[in-house]
Amino acid sequence: MKREISYFKGFDRTIDEVGVAERTQKFCMRSIKKESKVEGLKLALSMIDLTTLEGKDTPGKVSQLCHKALHLHDQIPDLPHVAAVCVYPALVGVAKKVLIGTDIKVASVATSFPSGQSDLKSKIADTQFALDEGADEVDMVISRNEFLIGNYQLVFDEIARIKEVCKDKHLKVILETGELVTLDNVRKASDLAIQAGADFIKTSTGKVQPAATLPVTLVMLESIRDHFYQTGKVVGMKPAGGISTAKQALQYLVMVKETLGEEWLNPERFRIGASSLANDILLQLKKQETGFYQSLNYFSID
Amino acid sequence: MKKKENMKLNLNTQWDYAPAPESMDHIKIQKRYGHFINGEFREPVNGKYFDTINPANLEKLAEVAEGSKEDIDLAVQSAKKAYNNTWSRLTGKDRGKFLFRIARIIQEKARELAIIESLDGGKPIGESKNVDIPLAAAHFFYYAGWADKLKYAFPGKTPSSLGVVGQIIPWNFPLLMAAWKIAPALATGNTVVLKPAETTPLTALKLAEIIQEADLPPGVVNIVTGGGQAGAHLVQHPEISKVAFTGSTAVGKKIQQTIAGTDKKYSLELGGKAANIVFEDAALDQAVEGIVNSIFFNQGHVCCAGSRLFVQESIQDILIQKLKDRMETLIVGDPLDKNTDIGAINSKPQLEKIKKYLRIGVEEGAQLYQSSNSLPNIGYFCKPSLFLNCAQSHRVVQEEIFGPVLSIQSFRTAEEVIIKANNTPYGLSGGVWTDKGSKIFKVADQIRSGVIWANTFNKFDPASPFGGYKESGMGREGGLHGLMPYLTLN
Repeated sequence: MKREISYFKGFDRTIDEVGVAERTQKFCMRSIKKESKVEGLKLALSMIDLTTLEGKDTPGKVSQLCHKALHLHDQIPDLPHVAAVCVYPALVGVAKKVLIGTDIKVASVATSFPSGQSDLKSKIADTQFALDEGADEVDMVISRNEFLIGNYQLVFDEIARIKEVCKDKHLKVILETGELVTLDNVRKASDLAIQAGADFIKTSTGKVQPAATLPVTLVMLESIRDHFYQTGKVVGMKPAGGISTAKQALQYLVMVKETLGEEWLNPERFRIGASSLANDILLQLKKQETGFYQSLNYFSID
Repeated sequence: MKKKENMKLNLNTQWDYAPAPESMDHIKIQKRYGHFINGEFREPVNGKYFDTINPANLEKLAEVAEGSKEDIDLAVQSAKKAYNNTWSRLTGKDRGKFLFRIARIIQEKARELAIIESLDGGKPIGESKNVDIPLAAAHFFYYAGWADKLKYAFPGKTPSSLGVVGQIIPWNFPLLMAAWKIAPALATGNTVVLKPAETTPLTALKLAEIIQEADLPPGVVNIVTGGGQAGAHLVQHPEISKVAFTGSTAVGKKIQQTIAGTDKKYSLELGGKAANIVFEDAALDQAVEGIVNSIFFNQGHVCCAGSRLFVQESIQDILIQKLKDRMETLIVGDPLDKNTDIGAINSKPQLEKIKKYLRIGVEEGAQLYQSSNSLPNIGYFCKPSLFLNCAQSHRVVQEEIFGPVLSIQSFRTAEEVIIKANNTPYGLSGGVWTDKGSKIFKVADQIRSGVIWANTFNKFDPASPFGGYKESGMGREGGLHGLMPYLTLN
């Protein structure tokens, strides 16, 4: 049966950009020190989707990345592992092989990532291929071209169809907010994706600038919150692209803590898509332990 | 699926912020302060001092002089001498130089001033650091710029200074209010006797040290500390030409009675009970932030606080749900902790007054809601509070509480809310929240108050005039308009 977007009360709210910027500034002013810093950094580490999405990715590169996921920095005891490794569909099999028997998930981008410029049939095939290769999670992109000309029902139907293909596997819907431009659009796309069945909504592919920003993420979290108020359903959030420092990661955690609270402060509900963030967090954790910044040469790069 | 009433966010997270107290290493507070008269600190004539305490832990910070009639007289004489012999003879450019110097020293000492402001008054260090002190410096910078341009400010007129002005300031923004008063008075060529509030004299006394450091001619600014008595002596003194007062409407009325029949000029900035109006088409999550900022900023000790919230009935439930959840994330506690959102209530009498209104509201049948945050064991603290289901006939809607207490009423149409917003003896400020520009102008046009903020609240700038209609005061401070109370124009 075909489902329609339902315009419930609060759906498609208008957003005041100045107010959003002021609120995000306040998150950045929270002072995170000592044990709350260590705890926060470890939490952030456990939320990372360690990502490589390059045309030049090879089985060798991806298996090295998976080793990094398994051995972040063995000299620090009690480190959590990252949440997932995120790769292209063709490399899911390679990642799966290295990570088999661990709790680290393999996420695959799909639906003609990053542009989404193809037909539904190939998007479904793309998704199915990723799942057949063993992907635990699918990161799809929405058709921004259709969204921007107002074909909301089409964008909605695509997401709903891909969710059917994914069945019980987690579906993250990438809005590519850098191409939606306004916060009003970000809000509308978030509401639409959530209604269509997204398990997670995600800011960006990392291929478009600006990628994840605090204001965009706040608007998406508020959409998740309104959906929770309305239905009780808990949808996850993944900012990706541009979060490369431990300090930024903590600012995002503060935002989640004060906007959605406990139920979202875990890797089941909140992820950070990043490639270089993990090492900066490790550097900071080591500094908290020893009081000194170590040379970056002590941290493995893969 | 959860039942609707169970859809409450759990904002009490396991991951929490560790205490982050501001370091107090280089803060210098003397054990005892005299009055600042004729460029130097001197003992009070009657030798009496009183304690100023930290409202967050009730510890004594310093002793300050108790101003008597004799002290006020000495201060006025010193101001008069400085007016006649030096200040009125300087060019505007030279007066401006002194003001620029004061502004720069405030900036240099911003951190120390912010900490002392929070220690003495109870406000969160984040607010002192980011609002009070930078704005105080900005006011000096702004009026320094006017000092040599007065004749361009009033084309065709000849502006001249008044003489000695007596200024009395409140405890909610101690240094900022001192700046609001002193900067335009000096820029226009007057000399000053300032009386800071009884509970928050310390930053004014630090300002006296800054004035010494800036080499201002002795007697141009005099600061006499003390309570209401000292203030009354200042208002009554026959040789002041003008009274500038910020404080309660009750005291403002008394001042008007006292100076009736004299030729003293006066400007008053008094109480408020601002209407903050949220329409159904507003950006709701940002409106919630605005509401928090309008009533919980500085513990609600703000004369222009948006203490009456009007919510359009169609969005009332969701807005209040959002507001309640937001209140859970406000941190109430040590004013010197960088993460504190709501600090200490300024004094015991003020806390008692707030508690009295909390009782009155409940007795009147309004529904009280308070956040679940814990409060420190010692010191004067109050939880952020809402009164739901209020009506215009409630005292908690009519009277100024001056604390973190918000009364909420619903409305149906713009016409209705405009009538209710104006149905108050006050008229200092107001707020309108809507996505529709035409609605902003329609509503703002018809509300009688000195300031209306649209889709924001509690924004200040030295270039913008501020002041009230009706019982919220007379005269304007800030901007070009803020020069006028300190001048005669011929």
